[in-house]
Amino acid sequence: MSDKLLLKGNVALAMGAIDAGCRYYFGYPITPQNEIPEYLSAELPAVGGVFVQAESELASINMVLGAAAAGKITMTSSSGPGISLMQEGLSYLAGSELPALIVNIARSGPGLGGIAATQGDYGQATRGGGHGDYRLIVLAPNSVQEMYDLAGEAIRLAFSYRNPAMILADAILGQMKEPVLINPAKTPDPEAPWALNGAKNRAPRLVKSLYLKDGEMTVHNWKMHEKYNLLKKNDTRVEVDCPSNCALAVIAFGSAGRIVKTAVSRARKRGLPVGLVRPITLFPFPEQAVAEAAGKSGRTLVIELNTGQMVDDVRLACSGNSEVYFKGYPGGTIPTPEEIEAEICMIFEKGGQRVCRL
Amino acid sequence: MEYSVIMSGFGGQGVLMMGEFLAHCGMKTGLNVTWMPSYGVEMRGGTANCTVILSEDSIGAPITGSPKAVIAMSEPALNKFGPKLQQDGLLLVNSSLISCELPDSGNGLSRINVPTVDLARASGDEKMANIVMLGAFIASSKLFDPAVAAEEIESFLPPHKSGLALGINKALLKGQDYINNGSCA
Repeated sequence: MSDKLLLKGNVALAMGAIDAGCRYYFGYPITPQNEIPEYLSAELPAVGGVFVQAESELASINMVLGAAAAGKITMTSSSGPGISLMQEGLSYLAGSELPALIVNIARSGPGLGGIAATQGDYGQATRGGGHGDYRLIVLAPNSVQEMYDLAGEAIRLAFSYRNPAMILADAILGQMKEPVLINPAKTPDPEAPWALNGAKNRAPRLVKSLYLKDGEMTVHNWKMHEKYNLLKKNDTRVEVDCPSNCALAVIAFGSAGRIVKTAVSRARKRGLPVGLVRPITLFPFPEQAVAEAAGKSGRTLVIELNTGQMVDDVRLACSGNSEVYFKGYPGGTIPTPEEIEAEICMIFEKGGQRVCRL
Repeated sequence: MEYSVIMSGFGGQGVLMMGEFLAHCGMKTGLNVTWMPSYGVEMRGGTANCTVILSEDSIGAPITGSPKAVIAMSEPALNKFGPKLQQDGLLLVNSSLISCELPDSGNGLSRINVPTVDLARASGDEKMANIVMLGAFIASSKLFDPAVAAEEIESFLPPHKSGLALGINKALLKGQDYINNGSCA
């Protein structure tokens, strides 16, 4: 008998956040992430936490900023349209070097778009999204177990780098159910020697993102840049599964990565030497792993649930050392593994190495 | 071994719950499982479907373009998912509601008609048609011992619905008996 629980991705993520010590949630409802606030509204008060359904996304993210400045583990969740509204606050969090967990259970866009799964927010998530020279730490789970695990990991990274961290998932991962092993081991609250928690018997502290003195902002920007370099060096995560004779590396993240995994295993059964590279951190992007797999294979195929966003990062990582094919499925269209398998086969036909019929 | 089944019908027929219960039982027998609901503006009278995949190995895609089994609770469901079945696949049809043939049948698939509403009524609760169908599916797919489903009713139901356990058990048995004691295939 298994001790696992059969959970929706959204619920697993909310449980993961609580188990990692998060006690302060501020948010505003939007499909397809509503199970997160639904779960937390019941469970946070039960563990002495605070759940606030704010009057708007703008209010939510600024409440997160307040709780973060007080040194507390705090989070919000939303979907594309709501995440767009939060960008000003995200920029302030990053500029003030405050840790927080931001969850985007993406839906198709632009605009109000639709409620189906998409990866169209890749660019917004990985380039910062708001104004100014900053990045978010971006983690992309591909299973309900990872929704649980990476929620905690995002909180840990956010505190160790003093930077907001985002979970970028989508309606597939939010709505599907899988068995999850939970691990509610109590981790000690992270230290926050910068927190604004009352200056009694100590020197006052300042948390801010305004730097007007000559050269001050430049110093701050380079400091943040160094932090991102450190993040890249120490905390890049990627799953690589390439055979030694790999002749095509398929690259996909999140839900698309799951579908590709099945497609790759089907193609291998046909005897095609195909590998899979799945970025787990989207920022920092696993440039080195992608470059190695692409260089070895000579060809890469990027699959995304959009019209082509991560493929730019793949091209940059490959630096011309690999042919880069792309197949996109925007707007809520979800390809079957059989369709992706057909794309893989087509590349091998084009390459003239082998012809396979479907 | 990877087993994929698409369950489909009208909203309100309980196809999502049927899939969840199957996934729960699979998990309890130690299999890896995924349950993927159709996602949209579902409502009673609309369409609903879910894909359940069970495997001893880790599961990639939670969806499939070629299911091993299809459970059709309504005619639109049969027309939409029936033709996607794998070649030797298993098709369970709710014959209380569907009389038509599969548009593109053949390919060695086995079609089993299950008069779910009649059987549910005979089990004591007409609303258990989905559970009857699940019982029939578990018995005909031989994915795991049917006794597992009966054992796991309690762990599956939320506390406020525990009163349904007896009725569910009866309906499961009714569906299993229907397959084991052969009525039509």
